[in-house]
Parts: sequence; C-alpha cells; structure tokens
Amino acid sequence: MAWLPPPVERLLGEALVGELTVIGTAGEPITHPLIPLYDGERVLMHSSTLFSKKLEHIKRNPHVAVSLSDPVALRGLTDRATIQGTARIIEDDPHSQWEQLVLDLWRKKEPVIDAFLKMRVALPLFFERAVIEITPERCLYWPGGDTTLVPQESRAPRGRAA
Amino acid sequence: MSRSASEDLERLAGYPFVVVSWVDDGGYPMSVATDFSVDPARRVVLLRPAAGKAAAIPSDRAVNVLGSHIRPTPGQGYDERRYLQLWGRATRAGDAPITFTPTRSWGWDESEIPFFEYSERSVPQSRRYLARLSEEKGRTIRPKLSRGWLFLRTTRLPFLSATGIPVLLGIAVAARHGIFNPWLALVTVIGASFAHLAINVSNDIFDTLSGADEANTNPTPYSGGSRVLLYDLVTLRQLIALAGTLLAATVAIGMFLVWATGSATLLVIGVLGLGLGLAYTAPPVKLVYRGLGEITVAIGFGPIMLLGAYVVQAGTLSWEAVVASIPVAILVALILYVNEIPDRVGDAAAGKRTLPVRLAPSVVTWIYLLAGALAFVVVVGGVAAGILPIATLAALVAGPLVWQVYRGLTRFYAQPYALMPVMSTNIKLHGYVGLLLLAGYAVAIAFRLIA
Repeated sequence: MAWLPPPVERLLGEALVGELTVIGTAGEPITHPLIPLYDGERVLMHSSTLFSKKLEHIKRNPHVAVSLSDPVALRGLTDRATIQGTARIIEDDPHSQWEQLVLDLWRKKEPVIDAFLKMRVALPLFFERAVIEITPERCLYWPGGDTTLVPQESRAPRGRAA
Repeated sequence: MSRSASEDLERLAGYPFVVVSWVDDGGYPMSVATDFSVDPARRVVLLRPAAGKAAAIPSDRAVNVLGSHIRPTPGQGYDERRYLQLWGRATRAGDAPITFTPTRSWGWDESEIPFFEYSERSVPQSRRYLARLSEEKGRTIRPKLSRGWLFLRTTRLPFLSATGIPVLLGIAVAARHGIFNPWLALVTVIGASFAHLAINVSNDIFDTLSGADEANTNPTPYSGGSRVLLYDLVTLRQLIALAGTLLAATVAIGMFLVWATGSATLLVIGVLGLGLGLAYTAPPVKLVYRGLGEITVAIGFGPIMLLGAYVVQAGTLSWEAVVASIPVAILVALILYVNEIPDRVGDAAAGKRTLPVRLAPSVVTWIYLLAGALAFVVVVGGVAAGILPIATLAALVAGPLVWQVYRGLTRFYAQPYALMPVMSTNIKLHGYVGLLLLAGYAVAIAFRLIA
C-alpha cells in the first residue's frame, strides 16, 4: 500500500531526472542524476552496466536517498521532495530482466526509448542494465520548493520499511 | 572528469541551484536543494541554509554538492545533459550562509564529452561489473545481442557493398567483351563476400588484441571496428572459429574457381588478395601500422576484386578491367581514409601510422579533394581513350558528393559524431559511382547485344 504523500507521488510521476544519492566506499555521499520511475509503492531506477559503480556502492550499503528538486526536470512542478529508503539491486539477467520490470514505466515517461531500443545493436552495453528497487522509508516534502521552510515529514507505516 | 578547483566553481556557478547531500545520523543519505553563490576569491560555495532539523546541512562530515541540468525535448527525451558534483566540508558561523569548501570533484558535460564517447570510456567498468556479477552468481553473465544482430555486427555485413561493386564491375567488363557465365558469376560474388567477411573478422581479432580498439573511444557505425570482442559479446575462441570458418569457405570457393577456370592468374590474384587482407592488421606485417593501409585497401577492393571477377569469366587480364578498377579503388580507399579521421587518436595510441595520424588536418582534407577528383578524371580519361564505354560518364553525376564530403571534413574534422553524416555521404559516393559505372556498362552491353 502506498504511503508517500500524493504530491510526492505526482513529482515521481513527472520527474525526468531525480538525484540518487548512495554511500561510497569511504562513507561519503555520491549523487547520480537518474530517471526515477514509480510503481505505486516503490521507486525504481535503473543503471547500465557501463555506469555501474553506483550499483556496487548500493550492494555494500543499501541506504539511499532520492531528491526531486529541478522544476525543469519535473516539467514545471516547483514542489520538492527527498525520499530516503533501502535499495535492492535486481541483476539476475542484465540483458532482459529490466525490460520486464521497468520498460513499461520508462516508456510512459520517455516514449523515445523505444526508438533507442531498436538501435540496441549500435550500443549493446547501454542496454545491459540492473534495476535499483527502492523501498521508501521516510519522505521530506517542500510544497512550493522553498527549502528555507521546514519540510513536511512522513514515514513508512510500521512494518513497511525494508 | 576532474578539473581545477577554480574551473569547477566557475562551472558550478552556471547551475540555477544545487542539491546538497550528506549521510545523516541514521546512516541514510539525505539531500536538500538550495540556492547558492560562488566566492571565487576564497574558492568556496556559499549555501543558503535549509530549514528544519532533518534538512540541516551538517558541518561535521563530508558533504556533496551537485549541480545538474537537462533540457527536456518533447518526444525526444532530453539533451544538454551535464552535472558536476563537489565533495568537501561545510562550516557555518551564526546566521551567515553556510560555507562549503570543495576538495575534489567529478562531472560530465555531454557538450564536451559526447554520450557515445562517455559510454566507450566506461566499457572497462561494464566488464569489471559483469565479471564480479558472474563470480557472485556462480555463472557466466555476459552482454548479449540476438544472433542476427550479432552476426551483422561481428562481420560488419553492411560493408559488403565495397566487395559487390568491384566484383559486379569485373563481371560487367567481361560481359561487354561478350563473355558471361552466370553460375561462375554467382560463385564469384559469394566467394568474394566470404573473403571480405573473413578479413573483417580477422582484422577485428588483431585490432582488439593489439589494443587499437580499446584505445579508440570515438567509434562510430562506420569506424572503430565491430568491438564485439571488446564488449565481450563473443569470446576470442568464438571469433577465431568464425574467422577460420569464413577463411576456409573463401579458400574452398577460390580453389573451386581456379579449378573451374584453370587459371593460374586467378590463383595468384586470390592468394595476393587474401594475403593483403590478412596482412592488413596481422603481425608481423601489419600493413596498416606501417602507413600502407589506404593503398592496401585500394588494391584489394579495386584491382584485385575487379580483375579477379574478370579473370573468372574471361580467363585472362584486361586493360579495360584495370582502368575500370581505378576509380573504384580510389573511392574505396577514401572510405577508409575518412573513417580513419575519428579513429586517429586511438590509432596513434596503438601505433597505427594512418595518413590522418601522420598528416595535418588541412593536408588530409586537400588530399581527399584531389583523390576524389582524380577518380572522376580517370573515368573521363578512360572514356576519352576509348577504353571505358561512353555511358560510364554517368558516374560524373555523383561528382558533387566529393565537394560535399570535403566541406563536411573541413567543418567537422575534430568532431567524431558530427562527422557521421559526412562518412555516410562518402560511403554513398563509392556506392553511387559504382552503380553508375555498372549502369554505364549495362547500356554498353545492351547496345552490343542489339548491334
């Protein structure tokens, strides 16, 4: 059951880019702009094996945060949010598993992906991908996007955290 | 890509806001977007504090500051991708803005490093990741392509036009002389195609093993090899097996043609052609590494292919076949020549002495213009001398493409991906001239039959 505030779900539905922050080997935060998808319960991101360092960081420490902050990437929405959660890497078959898990959601947000997918022969490694499945645990929400105001905070109901 | 601190700050100043991240007391990353300004004199970033305990930027731990930008393009996704992240410490005194002092950085700007190049530079990371994943899962996990696409990519099948044109021209020249055996013509086309594919695959093996493909981070659909070994789409053993099979088929078909025609000349042409093709990259000869790549390709995909096809039909050599092969030879060498331009940095690193590696850009483009023009001069001269049929002057229709490619080269010489349409036009130039020469021969043969 979804618990994220509806305005945050709307941000997830619109965002072409969100900032995924993972924890690096020295405990430092590392941020990666990625397209966030949302299945109504979990935030789904995905990464090519070409740019897979983030996956290795998540496997070492699954705690992550996703920031939705850029009005341009949010197609005009000015609200902002940060979602903290625990991530799981799904990588049993980097060739096709991501297609089953996220392609429909990706296509809805970025229809042009089908055209790129047809050119898979030209860039085969780009389409070898792992899925980052994030279970949200805590959310900070800034209506209007002004972070000098105290955010609205919500947390996953007990038993729903990873 | 790491840069100087002042350069980083100058770039960061171009972003409208930043996302500040740190690891909170609960062990989770926390991020907050905020306004900022850059103080270049102090080499610091001044951050507007965020409200609330959860979003308060800490001063006792590592902080990451990210500037990120995209431009959504309706129906196309987005472009203008760039981001820059800085790591350092934040400090705050009273109500003043938070002072962030960066100590290191990382970022990407696709206007500086195109996405395809960024991807190529990341191939070693993909290989490492999949190797570790294979260890974790206890089974080999490799990138895949469907068999059809993999065969097309591995053999570089679309480049077969470079073989089809000279072979068909050789057959056409023989037909103009009143000699045409359709079955031998068919076997010739098949055998020459096998030879071309065998050479493509063999060259890929040697180029990958020599490090030339890995050193080239600007491959395009027209240059940089198939990269199937570099990407781990096939194993070295599989690629050697494919090259061996194609070579064996080539030799078998070649021997059949020698037997069927009884021509020792054909045997010499076949051995010379296959030898040149393999020696193109194979040690110890490695012709392309010695600055002989362009001339090797000109000979192999010009006179060798055309004369070989002619000899299969006629059993002897012909001056007309030699003359007809020259424009084709020049234009096929120019395909390689132009395709070597984006490869030149990687080629130089791997020790390949191609002309674009050795010569200044202005010299390379002038040579292109002169060589391209020469191909048409040969056609006109061949007709004027009564060697080529007058209808082959139709090839001159494609002449303006030489100028078009020349202009593209002068404009986009240093931009590998902007060169792609230019390379495409250059390949079309070879194809159009070949087809127009063939059309000219078809007309000449028709007239001969009518007469």
